[in-house]
Amino acid sequence: MSNINLQCLLGIQCNDFVMIAADQSNSHSIMVMKDDEEKIYKISDRLVMGVIGDSGDTTQFAEYIAKNIQLYKMRNGYELGPTAAANFTRRNLAEYLRSSTPYFVNLLMGGYDKENGPELYFMDYLASSVKVPFAAHGFGGYLSLSIMDRYHKKDATEDEAYEILQMCVKEVHKRLFVSLPNFQVTVVNSDGIKVLPVISSGAK
Amino acid sequence: MARRYDTRTTIFSPEGRLYQVEYAMEAISHAGTSLGILATDGILLAAERRNTNKLLDEVFFSEKIYKLNDDMVCSVAGITSDANVLTNELRLIAQRYLLQYGESIPCEQLVSWLCDVKQAYTQYGGKRPFGVSILYMGWDKHYGYQLYQSDPSGNYGGWKATCIGNNSAAAVSSLKQEYKENGTTLAEAQALAIKVLSKTLDMTKLTPEKVEMATLTRKDNKTIIRILTSNEVEKLIADFEKSEAEAEAAKKQPAKS
Repeated sequence: MSNINLQCLLGIQCNDFVMIAADQSNSHSIMVMKDDEEKIYKISDRLVMGVIGDSGDTTQFAEYIAKNIQLYKMRNGYELGPTAAANFTRRNLAEYLRSSTPYFVNLLMGGYDKENGPELYFMDYLASSVKVPFAAHGFGGYLSLSIMDRYHKKDATEDEAYEILQMCVKEVHKRLFVSLPNFQVTVVNSDGIKVLPVISSGAK
Repeated sequence: MARRYDTRTTIFSPEGRLYQVEYAMEAISHAGTSLGILATDGILLAAERRNTNKLLDEVFFSEKIYKLNDDMVCSVAGITSDANVLTNELRLIAQRYLLQYGESIPCEQLVSWLCDVKQAYTQYGGKRPFGVSILYMGWDKHYGYQLYQSDPSGNYGGWKATCIGNNSAAAVSSLKQEYKENGTTLAEAQALAIKVLSKTLDMTKLTPEKVEMATLTRKDNKTIIRILTSNEVEKLIADFEKSEAEAEAAKKQPAKS
């Protein structure tokens, strides 16, 4: 049985930045193996990808995409924009889905485009891809989406967005029966990628 | 003796040359002329049309200028049947990129991919190289308006103005003389194209049937590709002849006084 829905990804896109949060738990069956796993991958200077799913698949797929996007940059001297990168990722996911070895991963992609500003893409293992202002994966999403819907506004600051994510995580800790103690947070803006403090169940 | 190194494309001659590639380039220098000029507000391609016969069915509106995708157009000089294979390949490359990344292929990448194909034919055995040089005009978000040229060897380069085909060396040198380094508008470029073509084609009078021209501009974040109608080409030719006549008259004027 898969634990894809027992993991959680959250993402918010505003006018100046896009912020992604991911839980840090790695569990097998009923056992939690680890609670400081990195699930947010840096793809390029202004592009990150949060990935959840089967634990081998997540790393393999994220690295495959990251390395290919790096290769593109080396070959051509310029980076792939977030839109093209999301399209490329979706296409790969879709092709693997129809092979004998599909990747079982859900992901969020956040990037900053020189012309179009910050962008957030929601993608699932069936290779659907949607550009959204906020998104969530996993059961945690059932609890978070309503909070994000209530508090998300386009002109929010990074601090405000971080607070919204804190509220979401708080609700996950309160209502969800799964143990997801830590959430790592990463923000992408015109200056690049910045890692924010982990949101933990221990802290307030 | 020389023939020993002629028959295979993949064999160097003792002087270190690839004859078949050189012959391919020679074939192109007999072909109809094509030229391209980069302007600040757009870019254009112009080509000489050789097949002018009143019995010819007008199925082919444009004989030597092909649209490759939303943002690129090319013009060819050389063996037409070879060119058809290459334009087909160019369109495939462009569509493959569009499918993978969801946006138009950047200009240089398309040229580079095609040149890999062209180069392969100079190296792998039993094949002859494509007898085609290509001019590409396009726009991409990285470098804006761009003009490229590629030849049978697989070499390519970016240009501000250039020419391929019959008498191209003369055309390039007159483009070099007349091209304003910065600040050529598309309208000026069109006039220049007609002027250079009329010199290069070595005809007494240029006719719209003999020339085809396409322009590429950007409007509202969209690329606009337009093949000029024969009326528009006719007007360009008329303007050119008028200014030529004026220049001629101006030359004569001081002699009289």
